[in-house]
Amino acid sequence: MSGELNFGPYVTIENGKKKVKDLTYGNHTPEGVVLTTLDAAANWVRKNSIWPMTFGLACCAIEMMSMGASRFDIARFGAEVFRPSPRQSDLIIIAGRVSNKMAPVIRLLWEQMPEPKWVISMGACATSGGVFNNYALVQSVNQVIPVDVYVPGCPPRPEQLIYAITLLQEKIQNSRGTVREVLNLS
Amino acid sequence: MPVLKNIKAIAKGMSITFMEMFQPTQVENYPDGPGPLRGARFEERYRGMHVLQRDENGLEKCVACFLCAAACPSNCIYIEAAENTETNRVSGAERYAKVYNIDYNRCIFCGYCVEACPTDAITHGHGFELASFNASNLIYRKEQMLAAAPAHMGANAVFNSADVAGGAPALPVQGS
Repeated sequence: MSGELNFGPYVTIENGKKKVKDLTYGNHTPEGVVLTTLDAAANWVRKNSIWPMTFGLACCAIEMMSMGASRFDIARFGAEVFRPSPRQSDLIIIAGRVSNKMAPVIRLLWEQMPEPKWVISMGACATSGGVFNNYALVQSVNQVIPVDVYVPGCPPRPEQLIYAITLLQEKIQNSRGTVREVLNLS
Repeated sequence: MPVLKNIKAIAKGMSITFMEMFQPTQVENYPDGPGPLRGARFEERYRGMHVLQRDENGLEKCVACFLCAAACPSNCIYIEAAENTETNRVSGAERYAKVYNIDYNRCIFCGYCVEACPTDAITHGHGFELASFNASNLIYRKEQMLAAAPAHMGANAVFNSADVAGGAPALPVQGS
């Protein structure tokens, strides 16, 4: 193809194909051995205790419950404790379509969650509106809150959601400046 | 004696718990399992990421008829057609898809595109690890969905040269 479109920095994936580089992790100011080791320890603890919020909007929530139940057992990642309060949860899974009436509620819940907090946009409706391109629904939840991982599917299989959790764990483990943020030094 | 009755009830319940310890585990071993699926088990009919098929000559089956895009309920398929020429032959028919994008942000994996396709070019594979940090990565291009060229067309140079001598095109995938 002549004149290939440029979507930003590319990384090479398997079988020689290219895809857009996902993201860069944190800032790259140099840090000492002590801080990076403490960061790694804190990140390790964080990534193995991602507590999601009990928050389902539509049919995707059924698959989210399936992920929490015994067959797919999200307790293997330390994330089985679905917290009923946003103040006790680290992760909000937007499982379902976001209506215009629900958008300020989601924003409020997200603001009530303590730092650090992460967002998974689960399914086609939450990610982009899916088939429902109409007046009632917010086209993509990232117009309301910042999303960390997008999971396509309608609804996604629990395996796909577990893959998103592992991606999120990878992101948490690679994040930098954790300790400095906790100590309000950054 | 209600105490004895309670102890008996608890013992009965705990014995069932104890017996369950020796049963095989029912949990899916997904991220830690062997193989390319990493332990995930799917039915044969599972509709995952699309695969664009090739014919027996290694040419693309897609002839850019736009029927999949018309059938798509969420309008997530984007196609740009181009004509095949003598020097640049991509598909077996007159036209081929120069650009074939599927927006997995919107795709609902309903399979209508697969049903609509007159040449069986687009099929559902079992690819499921689609989650991404970046929504723009979820727009998959033709190059990411095309099936691998058959072994005798590219992977094995000896077979390929023999086929070229027999009249097959040397490079089946140009312009993609």
